[in-house]
Order: sequence, then C-alpha cells, then structure tokens
Amino acid sequence: MDVAQSTTSGLDTGSDGGSVISPGPEQGNPDMVQLLTEDGRLLNGSPFGDYAPDPATYESLYRDMYLIRRFDQESTALQRQGQLALWVPLTGQEAAQIGSGRAMAASDYAFPTYREHGVALTRGVDLPDILKLFRGVTNGGWDPREHNFQLYTLVLAAQTLHAVGYAMGIQRDRAADPTAPAAAAVAYFGDGASSEGDVHEAMVFAASFNAPVVFFCQNNHWAISVPSDVQARVPLAQRAAGYGFPGIRVDGNDVLAVKAVTAWALEHAKQGKGPVLIEAFTYRMSAHTTADDPTKYRATADEESWVPRDPLRRLETYLRANGTSGSFFDRLATEAAEQAARLRSTVLAMEAPDLSQRFDTAYAEPHPLVQEELRLWQAYESGFAPEKDGGR
Amino acid sequence: MPVMTIAKAINEGLRASLKNYPTTLLMGEDIGALGGVYRVTEGLKAEFGADRVVDTPLGESGIIGTAIGLALRGYRPVCEIQFDGFVFPGFNQITTQLAKMHARSDGMLKVPVVIRIPYGGGIGSVEHHSESPEALFAHTAGLRIITPSNPQDAYWMIQQAIECDDPVIVFEPKRRYWLKGEVDLTTPPGEPFTAHVLREGTDATVVAYGPLVPVALAAAAAAAEDGNSIEVIDLRSVSPIDFDTVTASVQKTGRLVVTHEAPTFGGIGGELAARVSERAFLSLLAPVLRVGGFHLPYPVARMEDQYLPDIDRILESLDRALAY
Repeated sequence: MDVAQSTTSGLDTGSDGGSVISPGPEQGNPDMVQLLTEDGRLLNGSPFGDYAPDPATYESLYRDMYLIRRFDQESTALQRQGQLALWVPLTGQEAAQIGSGRAMAASDYAFPTYREHGVALTRGVDLPDILKLFRGVTNGGWDPREHNFQLYTLVLAAQTLHAVGYAMGIQRDRAADPTAPAAAAVAYFGDGASSEGDVHEAMVFAASFNAPVVFFCQNNHWAISVPSDVQARVPLAQRAAGYGFPGIRVDGNDVLAVKAVTAWALEHAKQGKGPVLIEAFTYRMSAHTTADDPTKYRATADEESWVPRDPLRRLETYLRANGTSGSFFDRLATEAAEQAARLRSTVLAMEAPDLSQRFDTAYAEPHPLVQEELRLWQAYESGFAPEKDGGR
Repeated sequence: MPVMTIAKAINEGLRASLKNYPTTLLMGEDIGALGGVYRVTEGLKAEFGADRVVDTPLGESGIIGTAIGLALRGYRPVCEIQFDGFVFPGFNQITTQLAKMHARSDGMLKVPVVIRIPYGGGIGSVEHHSESPEALFAHTAGLRIITPSNPQDAYWMIQQAIECDDPVIVFEPKRRYWLKGEVDLTTPPGEPFTAHVLREGTDATVVAYGPLVPVALAAAAAAAEDGNSIEVIDLRSVSPIDFDTVTASVQKTGRLVVTHEAPTFGGIGGELAARVSERAFLSLLAPVLRVGGFHLPYPVARMEDQYLPDIDRILESLDRALAY
C-alpha cells in the first residue's frame, strides 16, 4: 500500500499480512536465502536477485568485512594486553553486519545491541570510538545523530522498542510532510535476545502501527553458552507469521544475500507495508566476550563445521576466480594493518575522564542535588590538590 | 478563575500542550475512545486524532520503550500507566534506558518522555491498584518526579513536565482526581521542582505530597484548635527535593513530621530526615518523625483505612514531636 493512501489515522495502516517468504530455488541451502555458495559460486533465480548488490561493489563489501575482522582481532589483542576491560568479538558475523549495514540509506536509523561493530563501520563511526565503551571512558562513544546509529545497548532487546518508536516517529514526520524522505529503522538483536519480552512487545507494537522497522536477528547459534535451540523450537524467522508480517531466513554468512534481503525489507518498510523480520543464520566463531570460555560448552567439531562457511572465504574465492588481482588483497592487508596501528595508538591515548564531568550529563536541565554534590565533590578533591601534583 | 477537578485540570493541561507543541503525543492503554480508566484523557482523541492520542497495545515496556524511540526522533511522548502497580513491566525501560540515555550519550541525547502514573490508595481496590512506588524511581538518577496535590498545580505541572528536557514521572493522586479547586489558566505557579508552603506555622512543620496534602492540612487545622501552630509544606517534587524550603521551615519551627503513603523504610521521609539533620541539626528540637506505610505489601481494601496515614496518626506524631 502506498503511504499516500492513508486511512483514518493519517498514518499508513496497510499491511500485506504475515507470510514466510519462499527461500527460492532448491540450490545451496534450501532453508534460507542464499546468493553465494560456500564454495564461492553465484546462484541465480532467487526472488531477491533483483536486490542483489552490483558486482562492482563486491570488492568493497569484501573490504569492509576484512577491515572489521582485523579490527576485531586487534581489539581482542588490546583486551588481552589489559587495555580494554572487555571485548565482544564479531568474527563470523561480518557478512550479516556489513551486508545489512550497506543496505541502509543515510536517512535510515540503526539500533544495535553491542556486537554490531560491522554495522558501525558502515554507518561511518570512527572505529576507535567503539572502543571507548570497552576502555571505560564513556558508555557511549559517538554522536548517534551524526551517524543515525544509536549507542550500544547492553540490556538485551531494550533497543528493539526504541527502534519501533523511532519508526513511529518517521511515520508521523511523513504524515506531516509527505515530501520528507522515506526512512526506516533497523533493530539489531540476536537469537538469545529473541527470548526477551521486549522483542515480543516490539513486534506487537510494530505490527499494530505498521511501523517502518526491520527486525534484524543475527542467529549466531549461541547465547553465551546456551544453544539457539533452547531459545526457539522453530526457525526464528517463522515467528514473524504470528505477528502478521513477513519473516525471512537468510544465509547470514553470504554478504550478497544479506544485503539483498535487507534492501528488500527496507523498501517494503519504506513503502508503508510494515515491518519485516530477517533472521541471519550465522555463527559466532569466537567467544561471547573475552571473559567467556567456549571450550566449556561447545565442541571443537561444531566450531570447525562453520569454518568452510566463513563469510570472507567464500567471497574471496569468488573474487579471485573472477578477475580480482592479488594486489587488491595485498593493498587491503596493508590498509588493515595501518588501521590496526591507528586503533592501538588511539586507544592507548584515551585517558580516564574525571568524575566531575559526569555531573553535567545526568540531567539535561539544572538539577539542584547534582549541583550540590558536584560542589561538595570539588571541595573535597581540592583538598588533595598539592599531593595530586606530586602524583596522588 | 474556573473551578475544576484534578482530573479535569490534567486533561486541560494535556490539551494545552497538545495545542502548543505539535511534537507532543499521548500514549497508553485505553486512553483514546475510553479516555483512560480515570477519564483523564477524555475527549482528546476526538480533538487531536489517533496519531497524537495513541491507544497502544497492552504492554508497559512497549509503551515506555517506544516512547523513548519517539523522543529520539524529536517527539515529546506522554505515557499513561494505568495503575501504579502496573508500572513494573516497564521498570526496566525506565531505569536502564530512559533514566540513563542522556548520561550514556555524554549529554548528546535528550529523551523528554513524561510518564503519568495514578498512584496511592484509599479507593478500595484490588492488589496492585493502590501503591506508592515513588521512592524506587527517586533512587534512580536521571529521572525527575513530581506529584501535584491540587487542580492548579495539576494543570501547570503536567505542562511543565512536558516542556522539561529530562524524563519526568508525574505521580497523580488518584483518590484526589475529583478534588475541585480554582485554576488560574494564565499564570503558572512558579518552577515545578519546588515545594510550596501551604500553611504557615511556628511550632512544627509537616511535609506531605500528593494525596496526603489535604490530610496534612486537616491535621494542622485540628492542631490549631489545641493551640499548636503547624506549618504545612506541599513537597510537589519528589526528585529533586526542594530541601531549601523544608530546611528554612524547620529552622523556624524546630520540628519536622513527614508523611507519605509509601512505606517509611527507605522512603522520601527518611531522605528528608537525613538532609534536615545535616542542614539544620542545631535547629531541631525533636527527632524528625515519619508517618507512612508499614513495611508490608499494600494491604487489602478492607484494611487500608488502618494502613493509610490519617489525621490522627499525623497528630499523634506531632504530639510526640512537640512533647520533646
């Protein structure tokens, strides 16, 4: 339904109802949308083929995945060296994140959990800024309004509701000014968070108001130590049918398919047809965080079974077989090494902020109690001033 | 000046904000055609449409969470929580997201969400319909909490809450919704986060807020018949608390009794007692006393008259303070 055909509410309430989109021809994995096989062959005939990325962009998609994996490795190293309190690795999920992020327009708005470093890259966030949170110098790190990329949310699934509300705001803006550019919100969450009540309420609200939101679930198979079959006994994408909107399972390690499906879902949402759930079927190849120990709960064989499905490997295979020169990969390795060096030096230069700065950010408007406590704190601190110079 | 009930005054205040600010919208369960279970939003959907007076699905976390998203897009949502005890499904969104968003973003993001909660007992209702959870929210930095006790404050404080760039919870004294009073539609009663001295006195100070303000005033009137001059302060704002007004009063009277329906343990009265002892220790002629709920789940309706602070319990505490 066209947005202009709004009904009583002034907002578009059209919906095409719930349906699980056919995954397409019986090629590759029949259970999910796939455009590039594990051995690097392009598949034809997918209903999402029209949304597939231009082959001219394949190298840059690979570049983004490569750079974010190198970033991930460097961040893990920084944590191991005591420079970060914690790190949340994304290795294995590069295609899901780069593919979906690259499908978004600048005017779309993404609401991440805390592992969406690849999406952050596609939204133009300066990568060292991501580490501020894990370095412990801020709970944020970037201006969300500058990138249309919300800050990381550590309470699982809370941000899915923020995405729906934001999408409801887009609807109102468009109703007030139909010439305003179409936009959609993207809610990122995982198979673990899918069990949180907020995901349910987010999907109910999104369906009720036909909000332009794409639910992007990265099913990486492990909620820390608990496998995804403890969260759900049917493919997560099927849950969308219960809410009355389309659900699609996509090969989350196929960057081409992820970008195509996300592009379709964003168009669907922006046309006023309502929400879409995408389940990106992927695998967390590393630990949940640097505080985790996967050897306690999953078999090496399980991890090894995903190595051939590595999202970078299959695109590299395709590129090498289709004319991309070795120098492209050499240049990329150099670029990634330079990026890692800059990441390291930037992180090491991040200094601990002073507590007094915190008093300015608790409230947007003056608050007498906070002001009083700041005065008391500063008076107390000033008593240490001479010693402080001497190295207190 | 027109005379109206507190419920009508909030209704008129919401109407004024909906007129003045195109980004204001109301969200909640049954607030549209029904006008809310207490009819506070009556007529507003008909006047402003379903996009600005939004009947939501039944989910408090959903209401608060989507309101946060709307605020991030530049809107000023006003959420109605149907009853005090039903705010808890939304507690996570309020305390981990709404309260912290401004600080998380180092001051870059503002989330001017208003949450209206009818609260308190005295209506003979069932479990979860008579609670006073304000201290739970007052303990959370990032939130502001106000509670009007009369139509004039109700009309203006809801508008001031909507205009505030911080999240504000408005606790509405549900058993006083039908209390009538004059409303000055042209002049606001000053800053919202301040206390008001409603009755001047010299022998002791009683601080109350929300539903107990009329009770405190009645207790002061009764005490006057016994020759005791009681000052009554309507706290109006539970976070921040206007300690200056309370301290100045205690410096004059030397005695303080705080009353609220919420349990005294860990409550607003204890916070006032601590602050006053810091700021006016040498003025105190008696310990600060609290008249509030007991450390019990809110009792069943047939017991609530015994549980709720009343004139006699306030007078008993005043007598103890005055006897020191």
